[in-house]
Amino acid sequence: MQIYLPIAEMSINILVLLGLGGGVGFLSGVFGVGGGFLMTPLLIFLGVPPAVAVGTEANQIVASSVSGVLAHWRRGNVDVMMGLVLLAGGIVGSTFGVWLFKILRGLGQIDLVISLAYVVVLGIIGWLMLIESVQTIRQSRRPAGAPRRKLHQHTWVHGLPFKMRFRKSRLYISALLPLAIGVLVGILAALMGVGGGFIVVPAMIYLLGMPTSVVVGTSLFQIIFVTANTTFLQATMNQTVDVLLAVLLLVGGVIGAQIGARAGAKLKGEQLRGLLALIILGVCTKLLVDLLVTPTDLYSLGGGVAH
Amino acid sequence: MPAGLILAVLLLFLRPASAQEEPLVADLSKHLVAITAGFSGTDVLLFGATDGPGDVIVVVRGPEKAELVRKKARTAGIWINREERRFTDAPQFYHIAATRPLEEMAVKGGDFQRHQIGLANLKLTAQGGEVGEFRAALIRLKQNQGVFSDEVEPINVLGNRLFRTEMHFPANVPVGTYRVEVYLVRERQVVSAQMTPLIIGKIGLGADLYDFAHYQAALYGIAAILIAVAAGWLASVAFRKR
Repeated sequence: MQIYLPIAEMSINILVLLGLGGGVGFLSGVFGVGGGFLMTPLLIFLGVPPAVAVGTEANQIVASSVSGVLAHWRRGNVDVMMGLVLLAGGIVGSTFGVWLFKILRGLGQIDLVISLAYVVVLGIIGWLMLIESVQTIRQSRRPAGAPRRKLHQHTWVHGLPFKMRFRKSRLYISALLPLAIGVLVGILAALMGVGGGFIVVPAMIYLLGMPTSVVVGTSLFQIIFVTANTTFLQATMNQTVDVLLAVLLLVGGVIGAQIGARAGAKLKGEQLRGLLALIILGVCTKLLVDLLVTPTDLYSLGGGVAH
Repeated sequence: MPAGLILAVLLLFLRPASAQEEPLVADLSKHLVAITAGFSGTDVLLFGATDGPGDVIVVVRGPEKAELVRKKARTAGIWINREERRFTDAPQFYHIAATRPLEEMAVKGGDFQRHQIGLANLKLTAQGGEVGEFRAALIRLKQNQGVFSDEVEPINVLGNRLFRTEMHFPANVPVGTYRVEVYLVRERQVVSAQMTPLIIGKIGLGADLYDFAHYQAALYGIAAILIAVAAGWLASVAFRKR
């Protein structure tokens, strides 16, 4: 059954959209990431204009993050203070990102920048996570008494000013670091059509040293507001938010996310992280190959001309 | 059988006396194509009559728009958009049908160029540098999108007088006012032409959403966020009760 999408100006099979939303939603529920880093490239592969895919995906992530965060909220796994600091940076970053998006789109380089950003960011994070999870799994298989990593290491990060106490995370660190992470993630979120969970989650664990239990909830909490800001700006500056497409994706997405969250609770943390790392590296490789292989048609029609 | 019925009615009206008034008459099965939520492309029937033998050509032109064509080049191993040409007046849709191949009609005196009949005669003006390759690329890309004819489509002729052709409009057809042009070719000349407008517009929910998004962008943005928040909350509540 075909449905016509008014902003994307194309028609797509409704079951494809529901299935896509459900599948990506499931993964987002399992891993606590928005799923945008999978959904946006998949929408572009389906023929949705990249600008519309990015704008609409931001809108859909708002929904999946709301439904995801409520489950974590009830279990008390949200560090609101940390979330607020992150999102203050995120608002600044995503506003700058949407502006940058508009300029790059006019120059005809937005597709390239989106692909390069995915390749670099996903490549680095995928490898780090894969190595980490392989090491952890190996360690856990060794007999007890193997040397454990120190829970808390003091580095230059702890010398920064504006220290704040984050009770839920049991941290006393400078607010500058989460703020900077928020800005960076905000820019990437707006440019890549993602929530940024796949960056925020590892950043919280490895850079901030937050306990894993509060990481997913807090990440979802700040993603809601960053993607809401991105949605609003994409809608007003570029008119690239297709509500009908977003609703269809989120119908499948929110259901998939709920099932995914339940499945995720039963899996082991290290295995979960290893699996996510493999998915991230898969998407990264696909995008890299697309950049290097000679395209079937060297010419393309630019989306940079306003109607 | 509405098409057959139309032809039958048309035959009734085509008595010799009235035929000499107009050498060419043509009409469409519909003058408005409505793009609704379930739109997946549509066919429009063009039918008409001539006052005697001759070749008929049908051209459907969409609204014109500036179009940017970019060419990728390899830079440090990566394919990057480098050169570009901006075509100021590219039609967003071009369909052509004829009773026989255009070359066989051997029309003289640049009639085809003047009326822009055939993709080769399409007037596409661009700024900056060599245009030839980019022009060919624009046409090829539009053909891949299904909005330009791949080849001249056939027109069925009945008894040297009546003609009919089905015109296909794909799901991604651009909205706007289209021009349906019918030409009559006799003795290597375009002797008669007729023009009919065809409007392609969004109707219903899709149209309302499009207008909302473009004319009240801020409200639309807020509404989009509220819908998303409500949907997320609803899903969470629904799953909790179970």
